Amino acid sequence: MANLTTNFIGIKSPNPYWLASAPPTDKEYNVVRAFKAGWGGVVWKTLGAEGPPVVNVNGPRYGAVWGADRRLLGLNNIELITDRPLEVNLREIKQVKRDWPDRALVVSLMVPCDEESWKAILKHVEDTDADGVELNFGCPHGMSERGMGSAVGQVPEYIEMVTRWVKQHSRMPCIVKLTPNIADIRKPAEAAKRGGADAVSLINTINSITSVNLDTFSPEPMIDGKGAHGGYCGPAVKPIALNMVAEIARNAETHGLPISGIGGVTTWRDAAEFMTLGAGSVQVCTAAMTYGFGIIKELTAGLSQYMDEKGFTSVEQLVGRAVPNVTDWQYLNLNYVAKAKINQDLCISCGRCFAACEDTSHQAISMSPERKFEVIDAECVACNLCVNVCPVQDCITMEPMAKGKVDPRTGETVGDYANWTSHPNNPMAKAAE
Amino acid sequence: MSNSPTTPGIVPARLHSEDYARHFDDLYPSYDPHEAMVAADRCYFCHDAPCITACPTEIDIPLFIRQIQAGQPEAAGKTIFNQNILGGMCARVCPTETLCEGACVREAAEGKPVEIGRLQRYATDKLIAKNAHPFTRAPSTGKRVAVVGAGPAGLACAHRLALHGHDVTLLDAREKPGGLNEYGIAAYKAAHDFARAEVDWLLQIGGITLRQGWKLGVDGTLAELQAEYDAVFLGIGLAGVNALGVAGEDAPGARDAVDFIAELRQTEDLSMLPIGRHVVVIGGGMTAVDAAVQSRLLGAEHVTMVYRRGRDQMGASDYELSHAANEGVKIITNAMPVAVHANGALREVEFAYTHQGPTGLEPTGETFRLKADQLFKAIGQKLEGAPEGLTLDGRKLSVGADGRTSLAGVWAGGDCTGGGEDLTVTAVAQGRDAAESIHAALTAKG
Ligand SMILES: Cc1cc2nc3c(=O)[nH]c(=O)nc-3n(C[C@H](O)[C@H](O)[C@H](O)COP(=O)(O)OP(=O)(O)OC[C@H]3O[C@@H](n4cnc5c(N)ncnc54)[C@H](O)[C@@H]3O)c2cc1C
Ligand SMILES: Cc1cc2nc3c(=O)[nH]c(=O)nc-3n(C[C@H](O)[C@H](O)[C@H](O)COP(=O)(O)O)c2cc1C
Ligand code: SF4
Ligand code: SF4
Ligand code: SF4
Repeated sequence: MANLTTNFIGIKSPNPYWLASAPPTDKEYNVVRAFKAGWGGVVWKTLGAEGPPVVNVNGPRYGAVWGADRRLLGLNNIELITDRPLEVNLREIKQVKRDWPDRALVVSLMVPCDEESWKAILKHVEDTDADGVELNFGCPHGMSERGMGSAVGQVPEYIEMVTRWVKQHSRMPCIVKLTPNIADIRKPAEAAKRGGADAVSLINTINSITSVNLDTFSPEPMIDGKGAHGGYCGPAVKPIALNMVAEIARNAETHGLPISGIGGVTTWRDAAEFMTLGAGSVQVCTAAMTYGFGIIKELTAGLSQYMDEKGFTSVEQLVGRAVPNVTDWQYLNLNYVAKAKINQDLCISCGRCFAACEDTSHQAISMSPERKFEVIDAECVACNLCVNVCPVQDCITMEPMAKGKVDPRTGETVGDYANWTSHPNNPMAKAAE
Repeated sequence: MSNSPTTPGIVPARLHSEDYARHFDDLYPSYDPHEAMVAADRCYFCHDAPCITACPTEIDIPLFIRQIQAGQPEAAGKTIFNQNILGGMCARVCPTETLCEGACVREAAEGKPVEIGRLQRYATDKLIAKNAHPFTRAPSTGKRVAVVGAGPAGLACAHRLALHGHDVTLLDAREKPGGLNEYGIAAYKAAHDFARAEVDWLLQIGGITLRQGWKLGVDGTLAELQAEYDAVFLGIGLAGVNALGVAGEDAPGARDAVDFIAELRQTEDLSMLPIGRHVVVIGGGMTAVDAAVQSRLLGAEHVTMVYRRGRDQMGASDYELSHAANEGVKIITNAMPVAVHANGALREVEFAYTHQGPTGLEPTGETFRLKADQLFKAIGQKLEGAPEGLTLDGRKLSVGADGRTSLAGVWAGGDCTGGGEDLTVTAVAQGRDAAESIHAALTAKG
C-alpha cells in the first residue's frame, strides 16, 4: 500500500486529507471524532479576536443545489467565523493537539486589520502548540462587510501587510487562505508570497445565491423574507478551484509555493486531481458535511489504490505532475486534428449528438431514417460537444488523425506542432524559425 | 369468509374481506413526487424520439417528462391530454412494453426503459386532481354530431368535436359510459372507479349530451341519425363473442369471459361474486389473461389458461403472461378444446394437443382432461349490431385513414373498425382523428 504520509510545510499528517476550517472543525467533539475516523488533520474553525464572539443568524444558514435524486451538488452558507468564546476554542485546541500529536492541527484566524490584533491572537495560538495558522482572507459574507475576510483577500497589499505581521510576530508556519471572488487569483497569491507566507490554501467559498423562492420573491436561504449572498462550495465549485490552483502552480512568481487544495473534494479522485495540479494537501468541508466523517475511508483507500496502480510510493511523486501540461491557449497545437467517431455497437440512437451538432454546432452528424447516426468527417471540427452530450460512456470518441493524413474538412495535411503564435492569421505572429 | 379456495363448486367468499381490497387495488400506485423526479431524470429527451412514434396517439413524451422534471406535472398532464384525452386510463392499461416503453432507447440499451406509463399516470393524476378541465370549447359552430358508443373511441371523438365547438350527442346502449374501460379492463388496472371519474372529468368540456340505454338498431337507425345530425361517428366496439363450436359449451358454469369480467367490474362487494374452485380459461389474449388472473384473485384454487397455438402467437404480451404466472395461473399451450363434460354441473373440459399440419392447426391425437367447475371462453370478440349498408373489411367496418366509412357523413373508429390493434390507446387515436376529419368536413367552405 502506498504511503500517504504527508509533510506540508513541515506539518506532518498520516494522510493528505485535512478538514477545512468550517463547522466540522468548530469544536473538540467534532475534531476528535474526525481523528478517530482517520482524518489526517484539521484547520480549526476560524477564530476571531478576544471579546464577545460573533453571532450567527437564527434561521437557515445553508442553501443548496441538488440533482434529481437529491444528490447535493452545491452548498451555500452565510455562517460567520466561530461563535464560541475564544478561550474555549483555545483550551480545546491545546487539548486535542496534546491527545493527537500525529495529526495536523492548524488554526484559522480572522481578526481586524491592525497589527496589534494579529499580534495578540498569535500569542494565544502559540500557547496551544498548534502546528500552524491559516489566515482567513476568504470568507465572502458578513465578516467582509466588517473589513475582514475577503475584504482583505481582495486587496493584495493588505494580504502582504498582514502576512508580514504574522511572520514577524510568530514562529508558526503560515498558510494564507485565498478568496476566489477576485479576477486574477495570481495577484493575491503573489502578495502572500511577498509577505512571507509558507503556503496558500484555496479556494474559500464563492459569492452566490442558490435560488430564488418564486412565491415570496426572496433569495434562498431566506431569513424573514430576505436573503444575503452566501459562499458556494461543494462538487459544483471544483472546476473553478482546480483552475485557480493550477494558475498559481504554473505562475512564474508563485511556482513552487506550497498549496493546500480546497473546493469540492468529494472522492479520492478529486483529491488526486488537486494534487497533480500542485496541491500538497487537500482540505474537505462539504463532502464531510454531506456524508459525515466516514468518507475518509474511501478517500484514503482510493488514493492508495490509485498510487499503487501508478507505481507511486509517496504523495510527493503525485504533487504537481500535471502542472507542466497546463498551458496557454496560444501554445496549443493547431495541427492536432481529431474527428469524432461513433461506436455503432454502443450507440442507442437517442439522437442527442445529432440535435446538439445540428442545432448548435457544425452540422457534422447525419441521421438516417433508421436512426443511424454517423459523423461527417468533412464537417466535424472535433469540438467534443457530441461526446459530452452522449448518454453512453465511450460511445463517441475523439480519434486523432495521424500526421500526413489529409483533413477532409480543410483539405490540409496534418503537419507538425504549430501554434497560434506563428499562425498566418495572427497579426502578431512571429516568423517561424 | 364462509368458504375457502378449496370449497367445491362455484361459490362466493373464498377469501377474507381484506384480501379482496388488497387484490383488486391499484397494481401500480401513483408515484410520489420524489419518485417521479427520479424516474423523469432518466429520460434523455431524445431527438425525434422513438417513443413518440411508438405511441398510437403520438404523445410528446420527452416534452411531458421534461415538464415533470421542471416541477410542473400539471403542464405535463396537459401535454398528454392534448394528444390523448384518455391519457389517464391509457397510463394504466397500455401494454407499454410493446408500445412507448418498448421503443424507449433505454430499453434497447439496458433493458430498463424510462417508465413512461407511470410518469404519464403521475402527470395525468395531478391534473385531474385539480378538477378543473384544462380545455375550453371553441365558440359554438351550430353543427350537431351523433357519436354512437361511449367507449374510448367515442369519448375521444366526442371530446375533440366539442372542443372545436360542435354539439355532440353521445349515445350508448349500456347503463354507464366508458365502454370496456368501465366493463372490460382488469379491475386492478383501473381501481377506485377511475373509469367513471375520468368520463365525468372529460365531459366537463361541455357541449356533450350523454344518453345511456340507447341502442343503435333498437332505439333508432343509422338513417335516422344521419337525417337528424350533420355527421355520425360509430364507436360501437365488438359487442359479440366468438363461440367455441364444441359440444356442451353452454353447460351451466360455462360462460363468456367478457361477461364474467363485466359482472366483476360492476360488483360493489367482490366477496359476493361466486367463483369456481377449478377454473379453466380458453384463449390467449388480454381477455383470457384478465379472466384467469381475476379468478385467482377471487380465490379460485386452480386456474388454467389453455391456448390452441404456441406461446409466441398469444395475443397477451410477455409482461401480462408473466404477471398471470406470478399470480398462480397455469398456462398450457398447443391444446384445443374438443368437449365439455357436464352432469348437471360442469365437471371437465377435454382438450386435444395440436400441431401445425399442412392444412393448418391439427389435433395430434393425444387428449387430456382438466377438472372444471367453471369455464371462461375468451377466444375473441366480434362485431355485432353494426348497421346495414356499411362496407366491411374482413369482419370489421372498413374505414379510411381519417375514419370515413363507405357511407358519406358516417365515420367510425375503435375496435369496430379494421386497422390498428384492439387497444384503448388505438381507439382513442382513431376517435380523435375521425373528429378532426369530421371537423374539417363540417367547416369546409361555408
Ligand atoms: C377483458 C378486456 C381487457 C382489456 N384490457 C386491455 C388493456 O389492458 N389495455 C388495452 O389497451 N386494451 C385492453 N382491452 C381492449 C380495449 O378495452 C378496447 O380496445 C377498447 O375499449 C376499444 O374501445 P372502443 O371505444 O372501440 O370500444 P368499447 O370500449 O367496446 O366501447 C364500445 C361502446 O359502444 C357501445 N355499443 C356497442 N354497441 C352499441 C349499439 N348498438 N348501440 C349503442 N351503443 C353500443 C358499448 O356499450 C360500449 O360502451 C381489453 C379488452 C377486453 C375485452
Ligand atoms: C458552513 C461553512 C462555514 C465555513 N466557515 C469557514 C470559516 O470559518 N473559515 C474558513 O476559512 N472557511 C470557511 N468555510 C469554507 C470552507 O473551509 C471551504 O473553503 C469551502 O467550503 C470549500 O470547500 P468544500 O467544497 O470542500 O466545502 C466554510 C464553509 C462552510 C460550508
Ligand atoms: S448521443 Fe450517443 S447514443 Fe445518442 S445517438 Fe449519438 S452516439 Fe448514439
Ligand atoms: S398513451 Fe399509452 S402508449 Fe402512449 S405514451 Fe401513454 S402509456 Fe405509452
Ligand atoms: S425514448 Fe426513452 S429516453 Fe428517449 S425521449 Fe423517449 S422516454 Fe425519453
